[in-house]
Amino acid sequence: MIEINHLTKRYGTLTAVDDLTFSVQPGQVLGFLGPNGAGKSTTMKMITGFLAPTAGTIRVCGHDVESAPLAAKASMGYLPEGAPAYAEMTVRGFLNFIADVRGLEGERRRARLDDVIARLALGGVLEQMIETLSKGFKRRVGLAQALLHDPPVLILDEPTDGLDPNQKHEVRTLINAMSKDKIIVISTHILEEVDAVCNRAIIIANGRILADDTPKALAARSATGRLDDVFRSITTGNAAQGVAHA
Amino acid sequence: MHNVKALFKREFGSYFATPLAFVFIVIFLVLTGVFTFFLGGFYDRNQADLAPFFNYHPWLYLFLIPALSMRLWAEERKSGSIELLMTLPVTTWQAVLGKFLAAWAFAGVALALTFPIWITVNYLGNPDNGTIFAAYIGSLLMAGGFLAVGSCLSAATRNQVIAFILTAVVCLFFFVMSGFPPVLGMLNGVLPQSLIDAIASLSFLTHFSSIAKGVIDLRDLLYFAILIAVWLVATAIVLDMKKAD
Repeated sequence: MIEINHLTKRYGTLTAVDDLTFSVQPGQVLGFLGPNGAGKSTTMKMITGFLAPTAGTIRVCGHDVESAPLAAKASMGYLPEGAPAYAEMTVRGFLNFIADVRGLEGERRRARLDDVIARLALGGVLEQMIETLSKGFKRRVGLAQALLHDPPVLILDEPTDGLDPNQKHEVRTLINAMSKDKIIVISTHILEEVDAVCNRAIIIANGRILADDTPKALAARSATGRLDDVFRSITTGNAAQGVAHA
Repeated sequence: MHNVKALFKREFGSYFATPLAFVFIVIFLVLTGVFTFFLGGFYDRNQADLAPFFNYHPWLYLFLIPALSMRLWAEERKSGSIELLMTLPVTTWQAVLGKFLAAWAFAGVALALTFPIWITVNYLGNPDNGTIFAAYIGSLLMAGGFLAVGSCLSAATRNQVIAFILTAVVCLFFFVMSGFPPVLGMLNGVLPQSLIDAIASLSFLTHFSSIAKGVIDLRDLLYFAILIAVWLVATAIVLDMKKAD
C-alpha cells in the first residue's frame, strides 16, 4: 500500500507538487494523468526516494521513504522517465548487476532472470550493448529491471512512450497480467492507455489533484463519453462538449 | 557490503567495456617511459633506483587521473542513470565507495603494468627493492587522493569536461604546487616559515616524496587516508544536495 500525506515539492518559488494526499491499495492500477509539467514525474521521483519532499510524508508498504529508504526502495520497482540504463553494458550484464544489487541469489535469481527475459522478449538481445538497442528494446530493458525482484509496488513513468502500437499492446498486456496483487502506478498522457490498463485515474495539473475516479466514471462525466473531453475540460478549466462542471 | 561489491564490479567492468581502459593504460605506460628515460635520464644517472620513474608520477597523475575520475558521477547525471542508481536499495555512501574503489583499482592495474621497469632496474643493477615497493605504495595512495578529489568534483557537474578541468586545477594548486620546491622557494621570506611548512604539509608531493624515499611513515599514510575520506564524504554530501540537477 502507498500512503501519501500532504506531499509538497517546491523549487524556489515554483510549487511543482502542491499538498497531494492519496493512497493506493493492492490490486489497483493507478493512472497518473496530467499535462506536461503537471508534477507527475516529480511525484514519482519522491515516491521512489530519488527526490526529498519539501513537506509531507510517503509510506510504501509501511516503510517511510525518508526514514527507512532502503526498505521502501526494496519493495518498489521503478522505471524512470526515458528508461535510463548503463549504455556500455550488455543487457545480460545490466540485468545481472540489478540482480546483484537486489540481492537475488541461487535458484531464485535464475528463475527471476528467466522470467523477465521471457516476459519482455529480451532473449535475442542479451549479449547486445544497451546503447545499440532500439528505443522499444531500451524501454523493455528498463521494465525488465523494474520487474526483476518481483516487487509488490511498481512505479512506471511513461512505460509505453516511444513504443510502436504492437509493443504498446504487449506492455499493456503485461501490466494487466501483473495487476491482480500488485500496486501499479503509471504516468502517461496517452488517454487510451488509461482505458486499457487502469482501474483508477488521478488527473493532476499544477501539482494538484483535480479528479480521482475510475476511468469509466470519469468518461461518464462527458456527454460524449470520451476521456479526452473530460481531461481537456478538467485541466484547462474550459467547459468542453457536454461536461458538467462540478 | 555486497552492494559496494556489486557497484564496484559494474564500474570496474565499465572501464573495459569501452576503449577507455586500453587508451588510458597505453598512454600511461608510454608517458611513464618517456618521462623516465628521456626527462629523468634513467641510464645517464648510473644509479640502480627508480627515482626518475616515480618523480614524474605526480605530474602524470595531474592530467591522467582527472580523465579517469571525470566520468564517475558526471556521466551518471548526464545519462540519467543516477535516477536508476539512487532508487535501487543502495545508500549514497555505498555508491560513492563502490565507484571510487573501482576507479582506484583501475589506476592500480595501470600502475602494476609498469612492472617491466622494476625488472629492468633489477637486471641492470642491485636496487633497494624495499624502497621501490614503498614508492609503488606511495604512488597508489597518491592516485587515490587525486581520484577522491575528482570524484567529488565529478559529482558537482553533469559535464565531464568541466569535471576534468576543475579536478586538474584544484589538484594543481592545492596538492601539487603547494609542495613544489620552486613555489615554496618563492614564498620563502614572504610568509613565515611555519606557514610555509603548513602549506607544504598539505601537498601530495611532500607526502609522496617522503614515502618514495622508502620510509612509510604513519603520518604520510594518515594524510592520504584522511584526504581520501574527506573528499569522499564531500562527494556524498554534494550528491545528496543536488541529486536531481
